[in-house]
Amino acid sequence: MELDVLELSRLQFAMTAMYHFLFVPLTLGLSIIVAIMETVYVMTNRPIWRQMTKFWGTLFGINFVLGVATGITMEFQFGMNWAYYSHYVGDIFGAPLAIEGLMAFFMEATFVGLFFFGWDKLSKRAHLVVAWLVAIGSNFSALWILIANGWMQNPVGAEFNPVSMRMEMTSFFEVVFNEVAQAKFVHTVSAGYVTASVFVLGVSSWYLLKGRHIDLARRSIAVAASFGLASALSVVVLGDESGYEATLNQKMKLAAIEGMWHTEPAPASFTLVGFPDSEARETHYAIHIPWMMGLIGTRSLTEEIPGITELVEAAEGRIRSGILAYDALVQIRELKESAPANLTAQFEAHSDDLGYAFLLKRYVDDPREATEEQIVMAANDTVPTVWPLFWAFRIMVGLGFAFIGLMVYFFYRANWKGMTFPRPALHLAVWMIPAPWIAAELGWFVAEYGRQPWTVDGVLPTAMSVSHLTISDLLITLAGFITFYTILFVVEIGLMLKYIRKGPYMDVAETDAWMEKHEHRLRTHDGRVPGISTPAE
Amino acid sequence: MILYELIDFEILRVIWWLLLGVLLIGFALTDGFDMGVGALLPFVARTDLERRQAINTVGPVWEGNQVWFILGGGAIFAAWPPLYAVSFSGFYLAMFTVLAALILRPVGFKYRSKRESTAWRSAWDWALFVGGAVPALIFGVAVGNILVGVPFHLTPELIPMYDGPFYAKFFGLLNPFSLLAGLVSLAMLLQHGAAWLALKTDGMVETRARRFGPFFGYLAAVGFALAGVWLAVGIDGFAFAGEVVTDGPSNPLLSEVIRGGSWLDAYGDRPWIAIAPLMGFVGILMAARSFGGHGDLSPLLWSKLGIFGVISTVGLTMFPFILPSSVDPNASLTVWDSSSSHMTLFVMLVCTVIFMPLILAYTAWVYSVLWGKVTVEDIEDNSETVY
Repeated sequence: MELDVLELSRLQFAMTAMYHFLFVPLTLGLSIIVAIMETVYVMTNRPIWRQMTKFWGTLFGINFVLGVATGITMEFQFGMNWAYYSHYVGDIFGAPLAIEGLMAFFMEATFVGLFFFGWDKLSKRAHLVVAWLVAIGSNFSALWILIANGWMQNPVGAEFNPVSMRMEMTSFFEVVFNEVAQAKFVHTVSAGYVTASVFVLGVSSWYLLKGRHIDLARRSIAVAASFGLASALSVVVLGDESGYEATLNQKMKLAAIEGMWHTEPAPASFTLVGFPDSEARETHYAIHIPWMMGLIGTRSLTEEIPGITELVEAAEGRIRSGILAYDALVQIRELKESAPANLTAQFEAHSDDLGYAFLLKRYVDDPREATEEQIVMAANDTVPTVWPLFWAFRIMVGLGFAFIGLMVYFFYRANWKGMTFPRPALHLAVWMIPAPWIAAELGWFVAEYGRQPWTVDGVLPTAMSVSHLTISDLLITLAGFITFYTILFVVEIGLMLKYIRKGPYMDVAETDAWMEKHEHRLRTHDGRVPGISTPAE
Repeated sequence: MILYELIDFEILRVIWWLLLGVLLIGFALTDGFDMGVGALLPFVARTDLERRQAINTVGPVWEGNQVWFILGGGAIFAAWPPLYAVSFSGFYLAMFTVLAALILRPVGFKYRSKRESTAWRSAWDWALFVGGAVPALIFGVAVGNILVGVPFHLTPELIPMYDGPFYAKFFGLLNPFSLLAGLVSLAMLLQHGAAWLALKTDGMVETRARRFGPFFGYLAAVGFALAGVWLAVGIDGFAFAGEVVTDGPSNPLLSEVIRGGSWLDAYGDRPWIAIAPLMGFVGILMAARSFGGHGDLSPLLWSKLGIFGVISTVGLTMFPFILPSSVDPNASLTVWDSSSSHMTLFVMLVCTVIFMPLILAYTAWVYSVLWGKVTVEDIEDNSETVY
């Protein structure tokens, strides 16, 4: 691969975004799990639940801070590396980012300090409210970020303004209630809940295997398995909703994920596994499930899902139409007010395809001078590389079903088998800890790599979005980010492991006081008082 | 939707220019003392306990404070997209340095006291020092460069292009005037950090903060005065050459701009803006003087006034210019030609009117819950749970 400014900028964005998303899902889910635990504490007054809140809260804090820190990069990187993108769609894309700050991030960040430092300064109920505000703030953050991202996938509620040379908002309502954004939001936060549930389940299982902090671990598993089961189901169901939305607007992404090289008669079959080959435009050794793709993608038996070859032909037509829009645009810019009405009409007739003309800018400065060959090349560029999408998607979905299995099993053992867990299951739960992160990263990869060659689908190509920086600029920052982020990652994992090994911090005085007060209730028939918590070994 | 036409495009642009100022000032007033405390850490706090005392004064609030920065970025993106695009990519390596410093800082706060090792803790103390001092300096340097003019031009398709070699994007920023501006910014925030510590700590940390604070205050005041003189005699201003459309679509290339005259001509056209530098001087100097008194709060309040005055001075002096271009004055970004569309500005204003009062209210509540000094004893008693 040739390393130019575009490729390096993409690499840097992908790297920093995926790194950021190592911390986000755990924040989304653990904030809620911690708030649930604190709710139980406030309702029952049992010190064990306070201990759990504080213990998982500490791990939440270690993770949260890196989510915040790496989020700073995201907020500024559009301007730094994607200057033309920022100019071209900032009128729409900037709004949800700013609202995220106003409505969500401010709330979560202002209260998170009080969550950690306010235990002695606030009443129990006030502290509980703070915990929920942190959780709600985090989740609302995700909503606005996904509204921004959803607009890149499905740019609704906006039109091109030829004078300011950019997209401008025509309906805020459409931008906010973009179906793609809504489906992505629920899918993404559910994935975050699954991540946190698997994390809590895994760490608690490790404690049970080691015979430590039994009470804390069992109760944590009970919370994680119930919350995780609901979330795991929701991830898969709403992931399917995302797929359905993709059929409606990002047909090329869908075709690439499915390795559908040609339009099949409806209802199309689903390729379970196979080896996609971009050169030959076919998938070797494919195993098909008849009808399934048509049902998932269109929810009908009669609608067709277009294949890659047919979509490339359509793109070629749109490129030719885009050239007409571009031609009119340049002339209007030169003539200003004196531009004749037929030019304006020509522009308006073709302006939806303007972005397709920009695809030619990779090959020729002025799209009007493009040769036939270049038009064909640009049309072929609309196909993302198929095999990584094909496989990433299948691994993600496979993991999604595995999480359901895991959660069903633990939920069953927790509720009907008296909280007893066989050792192999506990080992499995520990080994599953990294899996939700893998699934989440693959999910983002499918969504964003599958959007190529566009930054905003059908509107602005990635190649045009990038800042006019130099290779040296990019090499310096890329090396900086890699070094810096690697160190932070090592430090973070080190601290997480340290605090997991250390286990919960038990407030002995509080526990004793509670024990004394409730002694009559706790005394068993042989007169012993069982421990509230297993003492630290 | 015609609703957004309730407020004229021109007025919305001015409102968003004011809100840009509010966000920058909000950032400087809140995150400013975090940066000041970080940069002062090696000097005002010598022992581990003292350092933890200083760090824990900002421990519960830095996250919220930092959101002013994030929101500033988001609001510039939403309301002034060309400014967001041109400045962040034009100051590319400087921005990267700021990001790196600002990423180090939160991690430093959170992770520093999570291990006992001295090497670990002193490494994070350095990170906090860098994370405080470097952004404080660079923000000032950036403002200096904006006053001098930034070397960018725009193609007819409004693609931002930068002139000069890549390292110019970093070292080119370090011209003498901009370094002076950086110094003012650093000194001002150091005084602000000292004022915060005077309010929130006791013992040796408070004593040292009260001793260092005035020095930085006087330094900031002298630097601010020098910068004013320099602007009067050494730096050309920018001005519109012809008719200006204030409510047209945003395209910087449609208006003609010339370089010449002085930025300070603004004080002839709008004499009332002199109140801004006046507030700057009064605030900074009164803060410096009040460190010796017994009032805990007064250095901080005066310092806030000073910062408010200094930042307002820059904005009011340049109005309506936001980011002038030194190589192609016509490409300069101004209030009238680099905003978002009429509708977006309106929608964003509605959101701001709803949420900004809420933010201010709960931020005030959080500060009131945390009211009072952080003492060495607090740290010893809660060693497990505090930073």
